[in-house]
Amino acid sequence: MSFLGKLSLDAIPYHEPIIMVTLAVVAVVGLYIAALITKHKKWSVLWNNWLTSVDHKRLGIMYIVLALVMLIRGFSDAIMMRTQQALATNGAAGYLPPEHYDQIFTAHGVIMIIFMAMPFMIGLMNLVVPLQIGARDVAFPFLNNLSFWLTASGAVLINISLGLGEFAKTGWVAYPPLSELAYSPGVGVDYYIWALQISGIGTTLTGVNFIATVLKMRAPGMKLMQMPIFTWTCTWANILIVASFPILTAVLAMLTLDRYMDFHFFTNDGGGNAMMYINLFWAWGHPEVYILILPAFGIFSEVISTFTAKRLFGYTSMVWASGAISILGFIVWLHHFFTMGSSANVNAFFGVMTMVIAVPTGVKLFNWLFTIYRGRLRLTVPVLWTLGFMVTFTIGGMTGVLLALPGADYVLHNSLFLIAHFHNTIIGGAVFGYLAGFAYWFPKATGFHLNERLGKASFWCWQIGFYVAFMPLYVLGFMGMTRRINHIDNPAWNLWIYLAAVGACIIMVGIILQFIQLYVSIRDRDQNRDTTGDPWNGHTLEWSTASPPQFYNFAKLPQVADIDAFTDAKEKGLAYQGLKHYQPIHMPKNTSSGILMALGITAAGFAAIWHILWLAIVGLVGAFVVFLFRAYNNDVDYYVQPDEVARIENAHLNNVVRG
Amino acid sequence: MGAHSHTHNQPSHGTDDLAASIKSYLMGFVLSVVLTAIPFWAVMTHHFEQSTTLAVVVVTALVQILVHLKYFLHLDFSKEGKINTFSFLFTALIIVMVVGLSVWIILEANALMM
Repeated sequence: MSFLGKLSLDAIPYHEPIIMVTLAVVAVVGLYIAALITKHKKWSVLWNNWLTSVDHKRLGIMYIVLALVMLIRGFSDAIMMRTQQALATNGAAGYLPPEHYDQIFTAHGVIMIIFMAMPFMIGLMNLVVPLQIGARDVAFPFLNNLSFWLTASGAVLINISLGLGEFAKTGWVAYPPLSELAYSPGVGVDYYIWALQISGIGTTLTGVNFIATVLKMRAPGMKLMQMPIFTWTCTWANILIVASFPILTAVLAMLTLDRYMDFHFFTNDGGGNAMMYINLFWAWGHPEVYILILPAFGIFSEVISTFTAKRLFGYTSMVWASGAISILGFIVWLHHFFTMGSSANVNAFFGVMTMVIAVPTGVKLFNWLFTIYRGRLRLTVPVLWTLGFMVTFTIGGMTGVLLALPGADYVLHNSLFLIAHFHNTIIGGAVFGYLAGFAYWFPKATGFHLNERLGKASFWCWQIGFYVAFMPLYVLGFMGMTRRINHIDNPAWNLWIYLAAVGACIIMVGIILQFIQLYVSIRDRDQNRDTTGDPWNGHTLEWSTASPPQFYNFAKLPQVADIDAFTDAKEKGLAYQGLKHYQPIHMPKNTSSGILMALGITAAGFAAIWHILWLAIVGLVGAFVVFLFRAYNNDVDYYVQPDEVARIENAHLNNVVRG
Repeated sequence: MGAHSHTHNQPSHGTDDLAASIKSYLMGFVLSVVLTAIPFWAVMTHHFEQSTTLAVVVVTALVQILVHLKYFLHLDFSKEGKINTFSFLFTALIIVMVVGLSVWIILEANALMM
């Protein structure tokens, strides 16, 4: 084995013009951003205030930035697949050869689930949950920073695979035996393994952190059944994270042993059983989709109750419906592989359990409808996303119940009907939810509003584009078209393929509008300031802080007696009251340990992918040394002095009075 | 932080609490020793038939698990202990579901492949 393991200059795909152009664009944009930061002398600000920050709000924003960047990457993959299929009809080969196309659909799935949806969800959770429960930060602020950097570390690895070597060609599930060394000898599956493994550990730590936070750090007086609904749905999601992500960690570790150490967990020979991989993968994979959707449900609940100016209908049933979904979500995973051919009893059990999940989900939908009933719904951008969700997700749910019938599934398995179904629920459910949350909490996080017109335009492009892009896939599914096809040789499919490509382009306009909206809103921020901290007449504690919130969140921890704690305070006339004397506030110090540890682990992951032993050792030892220094460092916290608190609070209260 | 959290969570240990705590650990220790000695004795002396011996080993093992949970891991339904007990039960439920159903799935699939 050479000094650089399997790595050599041949690993760079010179012969792929698409990749080389992409890399060139990324390099130019990267250099431009670096030049801007240098010009404005912001490197130290970036390092001291952001990259090393343990502030949950800043980490939340960084998660969302990561999610938006990865959305661009994941969507580029999507539009390439759609255009490839549209061009490769009637005997044409299209522009993406199979070995490249296979990497693209794999990367699309992994990126959208693990590096777009998850960071977006965790970002919103970071931003909002501590504020909603009246806490000053999460239970373990440094761990929170480390979790972010481990997630980012996985994202870095998956992006390196674009320019160095290849990515997996296995589909995002990486089923063996295809993902075993015998059939995937390249580094693609290794990129997949290490990117998922490292970011997965970050996610598990986030789950632990937030469970500890809501159990131990709620404001005085706040009972569990008084936590805001978004916090509750996030809590259920975190419980699912802690229970299911270790399964992913274990199954990836076993695949790693198969590929690196000649083990036989999932191989064809030597007593391996590939079905066990499929089984364990989905024992994680199915709870994972509920991890994505439950917080989105919480966002819709917050949005609907805020913009109807009503209390959420059926809060208690909402909490328990989420709990029922969490438990049931753990006993339905076999519906991803009905066709594996376990016995009829097994298929029937999992089919029935899957259909049962529609019941608590239906409870939620009716709760939202009853909240709207006789309320005064303000048609803001977050509400549009919510209404779009209610229609779209219901359709996705119904096609899901259809797929839950094992008999029907044998016909539709791996067809485009399935693809249409899960995009129907993940886009129409999770993504619409995150975009609603993005628009809803944006003024809270930044202190200024998003441009409303562009937001609405973006919503309509997404909504219409979604139907144009995915309804044809249901039809194609019924016509027998399977997923992951490189070129089309059935003329009857052509029309629907073209339509789907048009739909993808409409969604692209929606995404572009979203970024234009961001640009315009930042440009015009001085005209659109939110000075009160409560732009929507909100119900929960995050709206009682300034926008953006004071870095310590609450000068004095609020006393809570109601689910809608801030509405309660406003009604009793207790909101916006300054204090004569403030107490010192105990806060954690920023630290570079998280980013440095993640740097070592990224290096180790990269080394493992390319079999560079010395670099793996350097990376791991480096990360461990940083960890030891952090563990023995006692200088990790400080007190904000009362005069500084008084200054910040008085400035905020003056702003409120002026606003 | 994690390993010491138990003692930190209960900063109000008076001398009475300390005595009660030592008593509880001793109680657990004695019970564990007894529950370990019984199966050893049963196996070494061949006092029972083989099937009875097996039953004795299994039953004492299960009882000892409960003893460990109560006296060493302090799982109970008091106000402070409830959250630990519920997370333990939830974890147990998930493990039973995931492992149990996985075994069922794979065995049934294997049976059809014979």
